[in-house]
Amino acid sequence: MSVFEYTLKELQAKLHNKELTVTELVQASFDQIEAVDDQIKAFLTLNKEAALKQAQQLDEQVDQANHPLFGIPIGIKDNMVTKGIRTTCGSQFLSNFNDPLYDATVVDKLNKENTVMVGKLNMDEFAMGSSNENSSYYTTRNPWNTDYVPGGSSGGSAAAVAAREVFFSLGSDTGGSIRQPAAFCGVVGLKPTYGLVSRFGLVAFASSLDQIGPITRTVEDNAHLLQAIAGHDPMDSTSANVEIPTYSDALKQDVKGLKIAVPKEYLSDQEGVNGEVREAVLAALKVYEELGATWEEVSLPHSKYAVAAYYLLASSEASANLARFDGVRYGVRTENADNMIDMFKKSRSEGFGDEVKRRIMLGTFALSSGYYDAYYKKAQKVRTLIKNDFDKVFEDFDVIIGPTTPTPAFKVGEKVDDPLTMYANDILTIPVNLAGVPGMSIPCGFSKDAGLPIGLQIIGKHFDESTLYRVAYAFEQATDYHKQRPHLGGVKS
Amino acid sequence: MAEISKQQVKHVAHLARLAITDQEVEVMTKQLGDIIHYAELLNDLDTSQVEPTTHVLDLKNVMRKDEPRKWIDREDALKNAPDQHDGQFRVPSILE
Amino acid sequence: MNFETIIGLEVHVELKTDSKIFSPSFNHFGAATNENVNPIDLGYPGVLPVLNEEAVNFAMKAAMALNCEIATDTKFDRKNYFYPDNPKAYQISQFDQPIGENGWIDIEVEGKTKRIGITRLHLEEDAGKLTHSGDGYSLVDFNRQGTPLVEIVSEPDLRSPAEAYAYLEKLKNIIQYTGVSDCKMEEGSLRCDANISLRPIGQEEFGVKTELKNLNSFSFVQKGLEFEEKRQQKELLTGGVILQETRRYDEQTKETILMRVKEGSDDYRYFPEPDLVPLYIDEDWKARIRAEIPELPDARKARYIKELNLPAYDAMVLTSTKEMSDFFEAAIAAGADVKLVSNWLMGEVSAYMNKQQKELHDLPLTPAALAKMITLIDDGTLSSKMAKKVFAELVENGGDPEQIIKDKGLVQISDEGQLTEIITAILDKNEQSIEDFKNGKDKAIGFLVGQVMKETKGQANPPMVNKILLAEIKKR
Repeated sequence: MSVFEYTLKELQAKLHNKELTVTELVQASFDQIEAVDDQIKAFLTLNKEAALKQAQQLDEQVDQANHPLFGIPIGIKDNMVTKGIRTTCGSQFLSNFNDPLYDATVVDKLNKENTVMVGKLNMDEFAMGSSNENSSYYTTRNPWNTDYVPGGSSGGSAAAVAAREVFFSLGSDTGGSIRQPAAFCGVVGLKPTYGLVSRFGLVAFASSLDQIGPITRTVEDNAHLLQAIAGHDPMDSTSANVEIPTYSDALKQDVKGLKIAVPKEYLSDQEGVNGEVREAVLAALKVYEELGATWEEVSLPHSKYAVAAYYLLASSEASANLARFDGVRYGVRTENADNMIDMFKKSRSEGFGDEVKRRIMLGTFALSSGYYDAYYKKAQKVRTLIKNDFDKVFEDFDVIIGPTTPTPAFKVGEKVDDPLTMYANDILTIPVNLAGVPGMSIPCGFSKDAGLPIGLQIIGKHFDESTLYRVAYAFEQATDYHKQRPHLGGVKS
Repeated sequence: MAEISKQQVKHVAHLARLAITDQEVEVMTKQLGDIIHYAELLNDLDTSQVEPTTHVLDLKNVMRKDEPRKWIDREDALKNAPDQHDGQFRVPSILE
Repeated sequence: MNFETIIGLEVHVELKTDSKIFSPSFNHFGAATNENVNPIDLGYPGVLPVLNEEAVNFAMKAAMALNCEIATDTKFDRKNYFYPDNPKAYQISQFDQPIGENGWIDIEVEGKTKRIGITRLHLEEDAGKLTHSGDGYSLVDFNRQGTPLVEIVSEPDLRSPAEAYAYLEKLKNIIQYTGVSDCKMEEGSLRCDANISLRPIGQEEFGVKTELKNLNSFSFVQKGLEFEEKRQQKELLTGGVILQETRRYDEQTKETILMRVKEGSDDYRYFPEPDLVPLYIDEDWKARIRAEIPELPDARKARYIKELNLPAYDAMVLTSTKEMSDFFEAAIAAGADVKLVSNWLMGEVSAYMNKQQKELHDLPLTPAALAKMITLIDDGTLSSKMAKKVFAELVENGGDPEQIIKDKGLVQISDEGQLTEIITAILDKNEQSIEDFKNGKDKAIGFLVGQVMKETKGQANPPMVNKILLAEIKKR
């Protein structure tokens, strides 16, 4: 049995009993990367030498280790800065950004838990995309079928976990960028409540929507990983100062009497939700009924406006957030600039890909004089309505359940020429970011012909991640979707 | 709401400091036009009585004490600079 | 046609907090280039701002001293523009909810008091510093990036360059009193842009304005505005039009020079800063800051007139800078006579400062030393002539007046017995002069006094010499 099939608890026991060393664990990760990453292309940068050195050191401390994440190989999405390790955000602009000078707060926290960072994971450039095709390096492939996209923007993070290259990873989610690739790759992905996890060191896409979250193979692992990264950070003014519960405690409780809301908009043809996905969700609801929960159809009436509001708000914030990439202090500067303005324009145009430019243009337009009220401010008001939709449902229900995506993964190249169709893929995840509530995707089935995973989305109240874990864990224990594995050449059993 | 013109696209590109070719102007005018047209869906909603949301959490007065702290040295500050001279970042002048 | 001049000023003042407004870097002037910077100041990917509470307190203090209403709900916004010294390509500033609004200050021009409105005062971050190296390149130093800054915008209430000058002096004075800034134009901790337009007298609508930038001293502000006033007048009288331009004042040619013509307004695409949460300034907070504001110049001036019985002119001069006023108060607290301290500060001390182009803090003279010197004059220990020598020593090298008197052997001879002895000896040698004096030649007494002074190396107490001489002559 591959070490990747063990749970965290089992791994810690084996490390303690010296049946397994951290070095072997980390080496297993690099072996798998060696074996399959040619096909998957999940990694942008490997940290092999330092990781193996760290593993050796950890092996000497194994007796004192008392944390479930001790010695675990992990991958980090390449938009979280790592001191002394190249951080590119999937962009050519940062291809030479070899030392960001500091660690993101999440990286710092994981270092303190003695996880081992094996490398930086591929992503859509600056997290703008839903398929990983916007990476300016290469497109990560879906481990279940490499003709298909892994989703995005945290495509590398989800694919690496699904392909057993790392035990788990961190992704970031602005409009679905953790949940959608988690759904496409058949893994567990959580977008925490806005403000639960520090954004310090996360290269900003849309500051009011971005959240870092864990991607794992199981719900229990996910709870442990969130435990390590959640909490107030004085370096992030938008970080909430709330008490952090012990998330794994939630796993012990059942779902009897749980009240589930199912938004009719999330099962509707109009939103492009296909039959297979709908059936998988209805089947999941049946499981919950059997477990003693009840569900009711509700309405989130402003759902259909979410995508438009999101693209205006996220692009506007992004147009400012990405303005710092000007070729003065870091990054790649053009070699043919005549003067300052020329240097700015050429460096940015040569360094950014099409989607990034498109969104910067949209955002700049939405904020520009004469259009601000009609576009940016209007979208902020619609955001209020969407948030109110959720507040209202949560007055009567514990969680909202629906699909994570309208369809399973699509083929590489299928939607690349049509930005609007691509954007529509995020229709079920975007409202969650706009409302700032936590959302999670867990595997709940497979498509019949392509055998691609289908994700179940569970949405909770602000800072109620415990309930999400309880609900997800109950389903996971009652089903065996999480035990399925993609068949890749390199996967050892 | 107005359609976006090529002239506007060029102006926006200048504001965003993006160099775009004439061909890109064509494509961008079409694509931005489509997205903006789609965004006009929001006009279905009467939001005259709705407050805009900038922050989903109701946080206020997040501040730090006035305590200085040395973090990086000068060498590191200039470490990733594409061009530097005499302890400063060097850029082409505003006009040649 | 006669024109009325309309001037509005935008003043930027750096706040002297210990750390920067949004990062913990040191905030002080004069470090090596890029020494006081960190990834936040450099706009590194992933960094976030965290607001320095003291910067808010200082801005509130300045706003209150300028009689502004303080906002209860306020926030920060991003002002977007690309420039190499603006590392994030947006400046964190305040757009529609400035911390202070609707303030005013009173200025005095030609003996008349005039109230000038202050539209707003807002808090923002300063940019780095760009210098042109002259070889096709510019160099950027980010030490200044993130220094807390308040922008103070006046109403277009100023009607002459002289009023603009008076406004700046007063504004600087008030801010210095609050202690939130040094307001040193030479170090850039106070900077000023001026808007000026002309309109025919009687017309209500404003004319087209030009903006003057790069004004490096208050007198250049005044001179630049004077030049611009004449230039616009000439233009308008010869049928020309004024364009909305940015101009700079050239100190060599004493002219304003076109920098650029503005086409429409700049599109800064302001939007609320999502990385910072709103500020709620409740009454307690406001009251706490209000209680920390020291006595301001107008109040101090009134007190000097009323309680210290100083002439209005003295009170005005003494309160014109906080430094002078504090010096004055320390000197009188040390026991010196109020009017004498005032005379010395306005006279010898100011004259010395002007001559040497120095400020009070540049001088080794302390309030205690000045007070002691004045007391020694007052009690007759020092003659005014000797006092000049002591003062020269105090402003050049500092020290204690009594020690200086001792070192230089400057003590005045006021001992009656000692003086009588000296005078008797001189009278014995100058029988002729006594005779002359008795015959009505008053000049003779002058000669005798001179002889006494010569004998005592100028240290004899002059009134006593006169008195004893007359008494001794009478005896003969």
